[in-house]
Amino acid sequence: MIRPKRLGMTIAHRAAILVYVAFALFPLYWLVKVSVTPNDLLYSEGVKMWPSRATLDHFAFVLEHSDFPLFFRNSMIVSVSTAFIVTILSSIGGYALSRFTFRGKFWIVGLMLLTQMFPLVMLIAPIFKMLSPLGLTNSLSGLILVYVAFNVPFATFLMQSFFDGIPKDLEEAAMIDGATRFMAFRQIILPLTLPGMAATLGFVFTAAWSELLFALMLISGVDASTFPVGLLSFVSKFSVDFGQMMAAGVLALIPACIFFLLIQRYLVQGLTAGAVKG
Amino acid sequence: MASIDITDVRKAYGSTKILHGVDLTIKDGEFVVLVGPSGCGKSTLLRMIAGLEDISSGEIRIGGRIVNDLDPKDRDIAMVFQSYALYPHMTVADNMSYSLRLRKTAKEKIASAISGAAAKLSLTPLMERRPKALSGGQRQRVAMGRAIVRSPKAFLFDEPLSNLDARLREHMRGEIKKLHQDLGATSIYVTHDQIEAMTLADRIVAMNAGLVQQVGSPLDLYDRPANLFVAGFMGSPAMNMFEGTYRAANGGTVELAQGVVVPLAGPAPTADGTKLTLGIRPEHVLVGKTGLEGIQALIDLVEPTGFGTILHASAFGADVKAFSLERGVAVRGDTVSVSFPVERIHLFDTATGSRIG
Repeated sequence: MIRPKRLGMTIAHRAAILVYVAFALFPLYWLVKVSVTPNDLLYSEGVKMWPSRATLDHFAFVLEHSDFPLFFRNSMIVSVSTAFIVTILSSIGGYALSRFTFRGKFWIVGLMLLTQMFPLVMLIAPIFKMLSPLGLTNSLSGLILVYVAFNVPFATFLMQSFFDGIPKDLEEAAMIDGATRFMAFRQIILPLTLPGMAATLGFVFTAAWSELLFALMLISGVDASTFPVGLLSFVSKFSVDFGQMMAAGVLALIPACIFFLLIQRYLVQGLTAGAVKG
Repeated sequence: MASIDITDVRKAYGSTKILHGVDLTIKDGEFVVLVGPSGCGKSTLLRMIAGLEDISSGEIRIGGRIVNDLDPKDRDIAMVFQSYALYPHMTVADNMSYSLRLRKTAKEKIASAISGAAAKLSLTPLMERRPKALSGGQRQRVAMGRAIVRSPKAFLFDEPLSNLDARLREHMRGEIKKLHQDLGATSIYVTHDQIEAMTLADRIVAMNAGLVQQVGSPLDLYDRPANLFVAGFMGSPAMNMFEGTYRAANGGTVELAQGVVVPLAGPAPTADGTKLTLGIRPEHVLVGKTGLEGIQALIDLVEPTGFGTILHASAFGADVKAFSLERGVAVRGDTVSVSFPVERIHLFDTATGSRIG
């Protein structure tokens, strides 16, 4: 029998979570709602939770008559490449920071922290100045380069903390069993760090997927635009086509959702339980 | 199997010296225990033999071959870690066969090696489990199994029983000893537990502050500790130590505090007036009724252990511990007489700490 006081607490607890979830998800709901509202009803119906008539016209238009598929493809290329490059680099770097002491480690860590301290806006002009003679403005590779550079420091610290959580004994045992350090890293440590790598991958992917500032500043042509920049093309001089913009937004959410569905099983920690102690 | 020779091995991290020159020879098939308090350098020495720590200076040979610059994988040794260090993403069978797979051993050989080891350690029903699904004792046995599958030149144990509860520890201690008797493998075992050291070792190496204090058979160390450190470290309850002054008159006596004089078996090889420390193990202290020959003492505390009784008594301003197999020898508040049989007395130079005689 649950005591009434306890029951009351549980209800309050659940209600609080519900309120929070509703608050967090409402913009998403509104995005979907606007994307299926026909243009003629958008302003005429007032504030309603669901339009009296829903349509998929906006989606059809975005997919067939806009550059959105191109933006989408560009975004995929940039985000996936950035995520994988950053994850590989930060795993190697994070392992080194976690396991080795070497000359200059303190300064390297310090410099990496330093890169995290500036507002990005400050750096746009110099970066543009650097990339433009190299022909890397207006190109996806240039964008990938910049994203990688900005994400590696934080991702490295993230990976370092995951490696710190794996006991050193494990790779020492492997090395005594006959593995080289690299084999121990690949066969023992890496499989145990998969949750960490998945988290890093997901984190960097979303960061690159939704990045607007650099994409806007470094890219001017439609050919190399990513989708956050592309969304702005729905804003014209005299009007904003909210329906199409929201439809594009909904479509842009899909890859991020699929991506997290794929990696979520690695995000569940606990793989290292039982490695050491009892 | 192989012997291990350690010659003037030192270890320093920057200016912090951990080991100040260790010399030790471990014979083929011998079970040697390195014992000492935490921070004495015993684990560091073991890790240097394993190749997990660099050797700052000196030489380590395994089977006659200098291994200073060899990677751990090329030293052909096996190690059991305090944390067991089982690979969590592998089954018990895979954990045990990992080293053989790395050496590209034939499949049939691997299968027979791990099934042999599993049978020896009663792990056979657990082979498909992951470490997560094992109890502490089972994990410990898997760690041992991983070490024995490939018959290495030597086994290294780094406090392998410290994470087990007392009863299991006692049981595994027996298993390790049996295993050693079966395999006859050269073994080096690090522990801070002097009971483990006493029960397991062919020879004990007692270490303190980066120096070897004494090397010898367990009973050697117990019966003739070379210095105050070994005397105080080996044995539980710990040896009684009383500071006093040597008097050569009357065939040799020690004068303790408050004018208490303890006769010795004979003259000690030291000068009259030397400050020395008299040591006597609690189980050798005789406790009797007052009026008998001995030192007057007041019982402060009685600790029954079931197996016997530990008595704490105060006499000549010191705490005298006595251990008796009998029960009801005394109760708190009793006045008793304690005496130290001459043949059981250890003498140490207080200034240097070394044994006299």
